[in-house]
Amino acid sequence: MATQQTRSLARFMMAPSVVLLFVWMIVPLVITLWFSFQQYNPLNPVRDGFVGFSNYALFYSNPAFLQSILNTLVLVGSVLLITVIGGILLALLIDQPMWGQGIVRILVISPFFVMPPVAALVWKNMIMHPQYGVFADIARFFGAQPIDWFGQHPMTAIIIIVAWQWLPFATLILLTALQSLDGEQKEAAEMDGAGFVSRFIYLTLPHMSRAITVVILIQTIFLLSVYAEILVTTNGGPGYASTNLPFLVYQKALLEFKIGQASAGGVIAVILANIVAFFAMRAVGKNLDK
Amino acid sequence: MARAVTTQHKVIATGAAWIVALLIFFPILYTIITSFKSEQEAIQGFALIPSGTFESYTEVQAQSGYFKFFFNSVLLSVGSTILALIVAVPAAWSMAFSPGKWTKDILMWMLSTKMMPAVAVLFPIYLIFRDAGLLDSRIGLMVMLMLINLPIVIWMLYTYFREIPGEILEAARMDGATLWGEIVYVLTPMAVPGIASTMLLNIILAWNEAFWTIRLTTTEAAPLTAFISSFSSPQGLFWAKLSAASTLAIAPILIMGWFSQKQLVRGLTFGAVK
Repeated sequence: MATQQTRSLARFMMAPSVVLLFVWMIVPLVITLWFSFQQYNPLNPVRDGFVGFSNYALFYSNPAFLQSILNTLVLVGSVLLITVIGGILLALLIDQPMWGQGIVRILVISPFFVMPPVAALVWKNMIMHPQYGVFADIARFFGAQPIDWFGQHPMTAIIIIVAWQWLPFATLILLTALQSLDGEQKEAAEMDGAGFVSRFIYLTLPHMSRAITVVILIQTIFLLSVYAEILVTTNGGPGYASTNLPFLVYQKALLEFKIGQASAGGVIAVILANIVAFFAMRAVGKNLDK
Repeated sequence: MARAVTTQHKVIATGAAWIVALLIFFPILYTIITSFKSEQEAIQGFALIPSGTFESYTEVQAQSGYFKFFFNSVLLSVGSTILALIVAVPAAWSMAFSPGKWTKDILMWMLSTKMMPAVAVLFPIYLIFRDAGLLDSRIGLMVMLMLINLPIVIWMLYTYFREIPGEILEAARMDGATLWGEIVYVLTPMAVPGIASTMLLNIILAWNEAFWTIRLTTTEAAPLTAFISSFSSPQGLFWAKLSAASTLAIAPILIMGWFSQKQLVRGLTFGAVK
């Protein structure tokens, strides 16, 4: 009797969040799907109507599409590479005995709390500006020509900014994992004559493997939808040189008002995210059982 | 500590770590420094000592009304967090204490909603907001931010609640506690720390959300993310003003973040790394 009562109470307590999330997920997605088969232009409604798959064909044949997919993958891949390797090295360094470890941690984690538009604008104007930026000052100090980062190497510039935002996250999580490593195991390995490198490969790295997986998966979710950093720095340019998939969809929808094509792009983005999500869910799901 | 640490080792580690940490922190540090320079000073090349003027700060407030945006940011992040907690606490509670056959699947499904790219539903949301008259409204955006972070809030609360031992509940029941008494006198005191850290992390996430807050606002409901984005096209000499505005936008959350490092790891890895 009591259990029956608790159970229905449990359902009642869960209902609001389940309903809210279901509506929030399904309704916009269905509308997007519907628009992706429609010609719909709020500025020029004459030719509106059902058009089958032609939005997908148009979006796909747009030269910017392949470029944007490529940019999305390059951005995700490079930032992951930098932050995971950099994060492991940094975590190993900060884990050493030292003076002022607490302050070092605070300094290193700070960029993560900087909102994306601020991070991008600070890098754009204070650091990478071809005339007044710190990089330009350094270049001039050595008698070199300052680099026009956003004009000549837009993707590299954005990768640097995004990597700076996410390196702290990777470091903090890997450091947490590192610090939970059993000290006695480390000592035993040391007594058996294992050097730093073999200790790292056979003991530390396997211990951190789950944390590394989690870092990769969570960062991928966020990196697939980088938006504000591009908006305030290059605006996707020059040309489409730094346009990623989210940015292309945004341009189609709110700048060109090609809602059908933008929706087709949105559906492609959802499919891409789902492929990643599939692996993410499996990895995170494993941790529920332990 | 059994391992002998030589002083030399410690000196080298300290030096290397501090150099790297300062390099990573440098863009933030230099922004704070530049915010205390005059516009003329700011473009005169690299200098770490500012003249210490506050003119950029007063100008930022006078020109663009910083405090209105700041107020919106506070309102949106705190408001959406409270909304999320109201919905999430009962859900996480029931999943942690009377898990059913589907609990795990429901949790996974909730997390999966987080993976939907925002841009894919930009236009539908825009239409819904427009037709409901919610564009540029604080309530609309608050609900939006609540929905975005709801899965993380539920997950975080769930991992905290699960650590509350079930035996305590049984003991209370044996002593004749009613369900209400159980919740108020036994569970709530034990759950408060978890709820507090969830709140902290969620405020940080909502404060820094920079897609919907930029796209769904114009003036009235615009928070600091939108305020800062208005600096993306340079207007003459604006380096010192940009620095002052940036410092103001990040300072509150930076300080909050320093105090919530541990919760951050736990919350953002859905309890997988503690």
